[in-house]
Amino acid sequence: MEYAEILHRCFRCGFCKLPSDYTDINCPSYLKFKFETYSPGGRMWLLKAWLNKDIKTTPRLAEILFSCTACGNCVEHCVFPAFKEDLLNAFIAGKGELVNEKAIPPKVRDYFEAIYLHGNPFKRLRKNRANWATELNLESFSGQTYLFYVGCLGSYDENGQKMAYHTAKLMIDGGVSFGILGDKESCDGNEVRSMGEMELFKHIAEKNIQEFRNAGVENIITLSPHAYHSFKNDYSQLGGHFNVYHYSHILKDLIGKKEAVTSGTSIPVTFHDPCYLGRHNNDYQAARDVLRAIPGIELVEMDRTMNNALCCGGGGGNFYTDILGGGPDSPARVRVREALETGAEVLVVACPQCILMFEDAIKSEGISEKLNVMDLSEVVQSGLP
Amino acid sequence: MYELKYDKDICATCETIDCLMRCQYMEMDLESARQERERILNGEDSRVLTDCVTCYACEEYCPFNNHPFYLIVDRQEEKGIWPVPKPATNQQLVIMAPQSDIAPKKIQSPTINMCAFSMLEGCIRGSLFEGTSIISGSDIFCNIMWLHFAKNSTIRERLPKAIDNIREYYLKDSDVDELVHFHDECYGAYTHLAPAFGIEVPFSSIHLFEYLIRRLDDLKDRITPINQKVAYQRPCSSRLIPETQHFVDEIFTRIGADRVDRKYDRENALCCTFAQQAQQRDETADDVLKRNIDDMVEAGAAYCVFNCPACFFTMSEAVTNSGMMPILMSDLCQIALGE
Amino acid sequence: MKNIDKELADIVGSEFVSNHPEEKFIYSRDMGTMEPAFPDLVVMPNTTEEIQKIVQLANREEIPITPMGGGLTLSGLVRPLKGGIVMDLKRMNRIIAVNEKSRYVITEAGTSQGMLQAYLKKHHPSLKHSVPDAPPIATIAGNVLIHGSGHISQSGGFHSEMLNGMEVVMPTGEVVRIGSCATSPYWFSRAPLPDLAGLFLGWAGTTGIVTKLAIKLYPNRLFNDVKAFVTEDSEQVAEVIHRVTGTQVAEDVNVVMSSRMPGFQIVFMTYSADTKEELTWKRNLIRASLKKFIDDNVGGFMVVLPVLKGDFLEVPMKNITQFADEMQGGGFEYIGAIMPIELFSEAYRTGIEIADHFGIPHFIIVRVVGLGHCMMFAYAYAFNRADEADIKKVQAALEDTNRKVLQMGGIPWKAEAPAQKQIIEHMDPNTFALMNRIRAVLDPKGIMNPGNWEV
Ligand SMILES: Cc1cc2nc3c(=O)[nH]c(=O)nc-3n(C[C@H](O)[C@H](O)[C@H](O)COP(=O)(O)OP(=O)(O)OC[C@H]3O[C@@H](n4cnc5c(N)ncnc54)[C@H](O)[C@@H]3O)c2cc1C
Ligand code: SF4
Ligand code: SF4
Ligand code: SF4
Ligand code: SF4
Repeated sequence: MEYAEILHRCFRCGFCKLPSDYTDINCPSYLKFKFETYSPGGRMWLLKAWLNKDIKTTPRLAEILFSCTACGNCVEHCVFPAFKEDLLNAFIAGKGELVNEKAIPPKVRDYFEAIYLHGNPFKRLRKNRANWATELNLESFSGQTYLFYVGCLGSYDENGQKMAYHTAKLMIDGGVSFGILGDKESCDGNEVRSMGEMELFKHIAEKNIQEFRNAGVENIITLSPHAYHSFKNDYSQLGGHFNVYHYSHILKDLIGKKEAVTSGTSIPVTFHDPCYLGRHNNDYQAARDVLRAIPGIELVEMDRTMNNALCCGGGGGNFYTDILGGGPDSPARVRVREALETGAEVLVVACPQCILMFEDAIKSEGISEKLNVMDLSEVVQSGLP
Repeated sequence: MYELKYDKDICATCETIDCLMRCQYMEMDLESARQERERILNGEDSRVLTDCVTCYACEEYCPFNNHPFYLIVDRQEEKGIWPVPKPATNQQLVIMAPQSDIAPKKIQSPTINMCAFSMLEGCIRGSLFEGTSIISGSDIFCNIMWLHFAKNSTIRERLPKAIDNIREYYLKDSDVDELVHFHDECYGAYTHLAPAFGIEVPFSSIHLFEYLIRRLDDLKDRITPINQKVAYQRPCSSRLIPETQHFVDEIFTRIGADRVDRKYDRENALCCTFAQQAQQRDETADDVLKRNIDDMVEAGAAYCVFNCPACFFTMSEAVTNSGMMPILMSDLCQIALGE
Repeated sequence: MKNIDKELADIVGSEFVSNHPEEKFIYSRDMGTMEPAFPDLVVMPNTTEEIQKIVQLANREEIPITPMGGGLTLSGLVRPLKGGIVMDLKRMNRIIAVNEKSRYVITEAGTSQGMLQAYLKKHHPSLKHSVPDAPPIATIAGNVLIHGSGHISQSGGFHSEMLNGMEVVMPTGEVVRIGSCATSPYWFSRAPLPDLAGLFLGWAGTTGIVTKLAIKLYPNRLFNDVKAFVTEDSEQVAEVIHRVTGTQVAEDVNVVMSSRMPGFQIVFMTYSADTKEELTWKRNLIRASLKKFIDDNVGGFMVVLPVLKGDFLEVPMKNITQFADEMQGGGFEYIGAIMPIELFSEAYRTGIEIADHFGIPHFIIVRVVGLGHCMMFAYAYAFNRADEADIKKVQAALEDTNRKVLQMGGIPWKAEAPAQKQIIEHMDPNTFALMNRIRAVLDPKGIMNPGNWEV
């Protein structure tokens, strides 16, 4: 297994379970399941034990590994610089071993199959990919400055579609030159990679790179931070070099240059940093700059914010596999309670997975009266308050 | 070996005894200064040997370049005086010892000598330092700091080795015979201290400031004047090389920094207090630091500019707490270049 | 053993009971060198009532229970030596109340050090608790119960001395209250009642399960500083400690010695103040107390640059955890010997001898407890977890250290099971007999963490 050489170096000290001020459990998987086995250190030791054949391949082991959302909190907070950067890589490599052994949870298998066959996890028709855009009459990509890559959730999920719509609308109004791939668009593969199916990821990425190249794409705007991450950091390793932007960057260029002057009432909102924008790509400011530029918005921060943000629990395919779902300690439910505690009326997100997770969580918590989830583009579009 | 070059006869005919009369840390009238001078020269006990805070300033004050301070340090060591307590001195001797992990490296001109401070290599960036080579590491430590510890013996032992290392590992196979010293310490060590002790130096030395001026002139078009009031904190080792001090003003002129007029500048500069703290003189250190910083604040400085990392790290907290911005000279130039 | 997982699942919910091989593997061992001991089940209760029910069940079925907090002692104290149930208490992490005026906090047993630290910082910034240098996921209860010590221990003593009261589920299932809370709604102290806390402190979980506890809080001051005093003669250090603690100014006094800086003993002293002037004044008191050593040229303060102070003032200090990677192998264990101060030099020399003998680099860190009333003298040995021989070597060094510590008159702290046996050999036989009588009364079925404090 790749990264096997770092497994025994983990001390199982548990710094990685926490944010930097130690407020509360910050590894979403450990937060939900609570057994030491589900903590990053537990994973390290179990993988080592598995390689040593001290434990066998079991569905439990698979659940433990695949409940990791690839949020990167452990990488951020492990106190051993010598190997911390590779913690998540090791977990992904571990998932990869189970993929090779075909010992993966059924939902994970379904996910891979759907992506392979349909280019999206929902087994939806490729030709419907651009349905969300009908009303906007969007152009297909044909040499405009940017390709707007909306991804699977943006294409098919109700909330994601709303995000894609608002973002596209703002870009049209702002005179941004862009087109979409429509039914030629396919899954970005980031979750496939984070679930350790490297062959499939390579296949997807190479196809996408080819598609982008054929269309003459140079600049990409993504709706999802996951796609942003993948295009920016992983595609480049496979020879796909594009200038990649997350839509928050574009919104920032469009409106985020000025500091708003608020007179009269203001609405408190809080921002949830998506892992793939924040921890994985060290961008904590663009979305906040946008929010600060909107009059009438008072940005309040949660206890765990920026590099300490608690993951929504959707990463690593969990938005689909739902290993972390259910119960008051599911990360998304803990997170919306945290958002509510700040006094915010709106929980602003910048990722289609986050919005999906939080919409559900708010329903389960029964707090839809008190807290709204909105994505950044919708906030800009609506102009709150 | 490496006998200090000083001339007893010069002191004997010296009328002003500037070395002691101008000392900012000891009060003395001319008569007692003369007596203490005598004692030091004759190798007798003198209060100077115990009261000296090792600010290096008398090296600058002596109009005859007769090395009063180096002599004080030699005498301290001869008499077994430990300005810094023995265990703390021994600990430093271990920490700063050459690690013998130097490896040959091909360098080109200009080469920046970062001395033992590899961790500051990050300062060598941007257009000011484009195309430069860097050398650093414990094996090329200039060792001048031992002046604070009454350890000229360590300088005599380690400095020639550092010079050998520079020659063997860097200069020999490169076409370089000139080093730009990032710190006053090294420039002082190679152009002032080494000759005073008869230690041979096989390369010529450029002071960082002189280098910066050249670069700033090359990049003239890109300079946006800073238009800020700045205070300059002289490092102790600049006392060995007062001839480089005009560069400070020349740099400030080029980048549009306004050096404030203040009491403790230029020849009246006060120490950063690192040495005093090491010498267990915390109360002196408190007093010196306060006077120095109050003086900067009163003069209206917005920046406190350093060239010595030890000064920077010793004073930066207090500087920041007083509302000024501590900054290294090279970084200030970079700001002027918009980097 | 009878199949009780169903019953346990009824008590705590099926998702919080496990007999999976994965949990059994992880909960059979800690980060130290002790051999694994496998549990049959791991449970995670959420309330005192749940614990009561589990204990009643375990009593009925005569199944051992090992309570566990962070499991971070390194001496394998949460390995279930006789199998049975490991009870991971970290779900019980509610902070119940803070009393600002009387400076205490009531919390559940599984609350972590880090969580309390963050909670106080946010809600009661003028107060702090004494934090050990253990990783922040260590629990308040686990640490108090082993007589831990931390960043205010020089002024406040062992963490067990900072305990005001507890709620405990007895081995037979009754819930009892200890301290003022037994009689009053307030948890302000253990006095003036007969002090029953001793039935649970230092017993390695063999006498009951603590579910709630109150600990003392201390002023959290705005200005913090650290002084470092270096000597080269270990004979001086006991006197250095004696003098500096005599000022009653330092909150934490540690001495560090390592083979990276052989021959030097560095005494770190932290102190805090409400104003800058007070800070300077305290510094001067500390300095004055050590002037003699400076005058004699046998000790001196090192300059700690402001930029580096953060590392020494960090709570907890991460670099202690980082020692685990010394051998690039994710492990270390230490013997923390509680000793009188005057043994410092002998203890130090012994440490170097042992390390040299086993060919291990030495790393010794000492925390002064109380006003120089005693010290926790830690001999730490790093090892490579992937190298069996290395682990064996460190095990041998640890055993040797325990033996020598006892010979000197010190006592290994949070002693691993074999070391407990060594301690018992040195113990007054009547004391040990009393311990056994107490255990027999409290825990007639012998279900609480058996294998500990036994011959
Ligand atoms: C890097 C490092 C640094 C350390 N530094 C320090 C330090 O500075 N000071 C210090 O004191 N310690 C230190 N330790 C030792 C130890 O980690 C701490 O004392 C820690 O706080 C122990 O708490 P825990 O929750 O991990 O206890 P555990 O290991 O979970 O438990 C300790 C003992 O108490 C029992 N127990 C736990 N909870 C209960 C309960 N609720 N009821 C009954 N019995 C219970 C357990 O059975 C066990 O016998 C350090 C450890 C490490 C790894
Ligand atoms: S991953 Fe790092 S922080 Fe987490 S337990 Fe292992 S060593 Fe500690
Ligand atoms: S990446 Fe996130 S979910 Fe996965 S182990 Fe690390 S902290 Fe836990
Ligand atoms: S050292 Fe210089 S200033 Fe001092 S007495 Fe001699 S000649 Fe005069
Ligand atoms: S070095 Fe400074 S303190 Fe010492 S005698 Fe010279 S001027 Fe005075």
